[in-house]
Amino acid sequence: MTVKNALLALLEQGPMYGYQLRSEFERRTGATWPLNVGQVYTTLTRLERDGLVAEDGADGEGHVVYRVTEAGRDEVAAWFTTPVARTQPPRDELAIKLALAVTVPGVDVGSVIQQQRSATVAALQDYTRLKRSGPAPSVPQEPHDLAWSLVLESLVFAAEAEVRWLDHCEARLRRAQLERPDASPSTAPATATTAEESAR
Amino acid sequence: MSAATAQPVLQLVDVTRVHGEGEATVQALRGVSFAAYAGELVAVMGPSGSGKSTLLTLAGGLDTPTSGVVSVEGVDLAAAGAAGRARMRRTSLGYVFQDFNLIPALTAAENVALPLELDGRSGREARRLAQAALEEVGIAELAHRFPDHMSGGQQQRVAIARAVVGERRLVLADEPTGALDTETGEDVLRLLRARCDAGAAGVMVTHEARHAAWADRVVFLRDGVVVDETGADRVESLADTAAPR
Repeated sequence: MTVKNALLALLEQGPMYGYQLRSEFERRTGATWPLNVGQVYTTLTRLERDGLVAEDGADGEGHVVYRVTEAGRDEVAAWFTTPVARTQPPRDELAIKLALAVTVPGVDVGSVIQQQRSATVAALQDYTRLKRSGPAPSVPQEPHDLAWSLVLESLVFAAEAEVRWLDHCEARLRRAQLERPDASPSTAPATATTAEESAR
Repeated sequence: MSAATAQPVLQLVDVTRVHGEGEATVQALRGVSFAAYAGELVAVMGPSGSGKSTLLTLAGGLDTPTSGVVSVEGVDLAAAGAAGRARMRRTSLGYVFQDFNLIPALTAAENVALPLELDGRSGREARRLAQAALEEVGIAELAHRFPDHMSGGQQQRVAIARAVVGERRLVLADEPTGALDTETGEDVLRLLRARCDAGAAGVMVTHEARHAAWADRVVFLRDGVVVDETGADRVESLADTAAPR
C-alpha cells in the first residue's frame, strides 16, 4: 500500500526505472525501510496492470522506464489528501506484552518496563547520533536532507512516546501498589498486586 | 575511550544522602556509585524524587554526602571543606541550571567572567577568557548585552559559557533544556556535546528521553538507586537491584 503510493508519488517528478525509484525512495527515507529492487518491480507490474503507470520505452542502457498515468496522478492526489487510517491500530507487541505482564502471576513488571526503557533509550541514542552527524536544525537544508531528517524525527518522537508511556505505566503500577491498604510497598512486588486485582 | 584505566573526572563511591531526621527521614541516594570520564557526556534519568538532583548537587559540591565519597579530579569534596569546594566551583566545575541563573545586573561577558574574577584572576584576563567562551557558544556579539535583552536560548548559551570558562573539566547540567523550545534546546545540547567531545566530562540530569539520548551513556535512577544503564549488561544490573531494599 505505502510502497505503491510512494512509487506513484516519485513518478510524479518524471519517468524512472526500477532501480532509480528505489534510490529516490531511500534518499528521502534514509533507508529506514529498505526496499529491495524485486519489490519495486513487482509493484510496478501491479501498478501497470491497474493502469496507474505505463511503460515509457527504454533509456540508452536498456532500462525499462515507467511514467505515471492520469489515473495514477488521481491516486497520488487522493493519497495526499486522505489521512492515514488510525481506526485499526497495528498490533503493538510492547502493549500486549505489558498487558500480559501485569496479569500473569510471577512476572517482574518493573524489570519488564526498565529493560524496555533502556532498549528504547539506546535506540534513541542511535537516532540522535545520526541526527548529530547532520546539520543543526537552524541551518537551511536541501529538500532531500529535510525529508530524511523528518523521517528520523518521526522515529525519535515514536521512541520518546514509548518511553513516556513506560514512565506512565510505572507510575500507575506504583500508585496501584500504594493504594492497596494491606500491601506493604517495600515488600510486595508490583506483580502480586496486579495479579490479585485481575483475579477479583 | 580508555574509561577502564583513566581516572574519572567525577566519581561517586557508595554515596548515601539522607535528608531530615527521625520519622521525617528521606533517603535521597542509597549507596550510589557512579563515574564520569573525560570526553563523555552522561545523562541521568529518573522520575522526580529518584535522587537525580541530589546526585548533581553532591557532584557540584553544593552539598556533602551522609556517607560515601564524591571526588572531582581525584579531590574528595567533603575533605576539601567549604572553602575548598567553593574554589572547585570557581575553577574545576561548571553548573548549568534549567532557569539559567544569570545575574541580571551584569552583561553576558561580566556574568561569564565573574567566577574567574572571584578566583582572583585579573579583570583583563577574565574578560579575555570570557570572550573566548562566548565565542565557543556562538554569541560573541552579545557580550555586552544584559540577560533581560536576550532570548532564553541566548541566556542558556551565556550560562554554558560561564560553566565552561577557563579550564573546567566537569560540566554539570540540571535539565538545561527544560525552559527552551525543541530546536533551541537541541542547539544547547549540541554545545554541551561539543564541550565533552573536546575533552570535558559532562553530567546532565533530565527526565526527557530525547535529551538523554544526546549522551554517551544513560544512567537510570529509581528511589535513590542506580537501576540500569544503557550499554551496560542489563541482566546483571537488574539482578543487583532485585535484591531486597
